[in-house]
Amino acid sequence: MNNASKDPHDINDLGSRLRLIRMEKENDKLSQNFNKNASTNALSLAFRVGIELVSALMIGLGIGWLLDSWLTTRPWLMIVFTIFGGAAGILNVYRQAAGFGYTVGYINPNNSDPSAKPRSKVDKSKE
Amino acid sequence: MAENHSPLAQFEIKRIVELNIGGLDASFTNASLFMMLSVITIGIFLLIGMRKHSMVPGRWQSMVELSYVFIANLLRDTVGNEGKPYFPFIFSIFMFVLLGNLWGMIPYSFTFTSHFIVTFSLAMLVFLGVTIIAIAKHKLRFFSFFMPPGVPMIMAPLLVPIEIISYLSRPISLSVRLFANMLAGHTLLKVFAGFVISLGIMAGWLPLAFIIALTGLEIVIAFLQAFVFTILTCLYLNDALHLH
Repeated sequence: MNNASKDPHDINDLGSRLRLIRMEKENDKLSQNFNKNASTNALSLAFRVGIELVSALMIGLGIGWLLDSWLTTRPWLMIVFTIFGGAAGILNVYRQAAGFGYTVGYINPNNSDPSAKPRSKVDKSKE
Repeated sequence: MAENHSPLAQFEIKRIVELNIGGLDASFTNASLFMMLSVITIGIFLLIGMRKHSMVPGRWQSMVELSYVFIANLLRDTVGNEGKPYFPFIFSIFMFVLLGNLWGMIPYSFTFTSHFIVTFSLAMLVFLGVTIIAIAKHKLRFFSFFMPPGVPMIMAPLLVPIEIISYLSRPISLSVRLFANMLAGHTLLKVFAGFVISLGIMAGWLPLAFIIALTGLEIVIAFLQAFVFTILTCLYLNDALHLH
């Protein structure tokens, strides 16, 4: 609304101004949604954390076991990869907690276009 | 207690039409039946809902448009405009999981999303598809995905296996989340239903009231888990398209 009252006669600019306002609205809505989902209930959060931990551990264990039976180095690689799996699980949980979303990846879900903002800015807004 | 009154009896696969193709057991089971029912329901819901094509939508058309816009917005918000070509797939995944969950809420029906192999196949489909998209789009740069930016090279031997395991654990966590939620919810419902009978007419009302509340919760979970599955698919797609 503020943008529109600045220069109401400039019709050429209208499209880009509209787009800007719409984008802002969308972003607000999106971050609200994510916050709502994050605080739905502690039980589902705990459930998600548990699944992330265990699934990464199992994958690590599986990779170690397969590599061991291939390279006949039982049980060393299995031990190493189980530790890696545990670390990966904690990494997953950390990402989930830091992003307040469901993501396992690197991108902050609140940022709809990662190329638009520099990454450091996103990190600051998170903290 | 008779064997078919076990809380887990509802998850049993029953063959409806025996079918054997080249040594493979391809029988038409109750799982197949409910998958087909889901797909048919989606078809009816979308096609008949949009039959009139009216400018001012009726109730049914509003529901169809709502579900379409919901997923379209989700995809645009999480992936951006590059996600548009994948909309049909995301929408299909959402509707299929949602209808599977909802069909399972009808008493005496079968919940195919409570079977790990079903959710795991869906998750693997998403995972493999997303990985292929990423490799096709970024070629070898895809493998830089396993090395977060700004990490010293000396950490690479430690960090790269961890990142790879973290990446590979995605289909597991994606499928376990859906399957475990459905399995736990339906088992709980059945267990409390058993309490109703065993406590009789005197105290049986208490678990019955609980079941009613739980059914409402289960319907919420049916929607929520379909939504979670979809949003995770979108986020993985986003990772694949943009890397980091």
